[in-house]
Amino acid sequence: MDVMYFAWVRERIGLPRERIDTQAATVMDLVTELRAREERYAVAFEDISALRVALDQELSEFDAPLAGVREVAFFPPMTGG
Amino acid sequence: MDIRVQEAAFDAGAELNAFSTGHDAAGAIVSFSGIVRDREGGLSHMEIEHYPGMTEKALTAIAAEASARWSLADVLVIHRHGSLRVGDQIMMVATAARHRGDAFAAAEYLMDYLKSRAPFWKKEVTADGAEWVAQRDEDEAALGKW
Repeated sequence: MDVMYFAWVRERIGLPRERIDTQAATVMDLVTELRAREERYAVAFEDISALRVALDQELSEFDAPLAGVREVAFFPPMTGG
Repeated sequence: MDIRVQEAAFDAGAELNAFSTGHDAAGAIVSFSGIVRDREGGLSHMEIEHYPGMTEKALTAIAAEASARWSLADVLVIHRHGSLRVGDQIMMVATAARHRGDAFAAAEYLMDYLKSRAPFWKKEVTADGAEWVAQRDEDEAALGKW
């Protein structure tokens, strides 16, 4: 699936998007996988209460299942307006 | 409904006039403009990042929800991204309705949701460096009133 990062999440990880092959069942499982990869991921995902997640461009939750999802995005709380 | 996400500057006055002209029967037009401000002094510019695709979907869903809650003739949302300077227009919303109560309430609802539920992120750049703007508790709390 495509995993996208925005704002300071993108800056900490160092790239805007990447393709990830994963068997993760939920968003939280994916986060656990990413954290184990490298320090920069561990730092970005240290406190998920500071993060939001969107699945296929709809806001979602960290306990949501990933079955059928093509695009996951992680970002900080939004500051539009 | 007219939803625009763009990097280019826009003329809020001209947009409001064009929006008003199309709605002779509406009777009430409310608009809000958001301007880049220098909160603590020394702001060089502001960078606004967004999530292409999701941004348009989120704004359309917010405008559709406003149209379902209030009796509106039309809704306009324009939001910029990219590099903006102090005093630049960031965004505007306008609502047209038969009665002002609907137009005011819908405009406020659009603004409240747009601040915390549309995927934009602001970064302030000063001579000392750059800092992402944190979401304010009041902005999240504002959604509770709806």
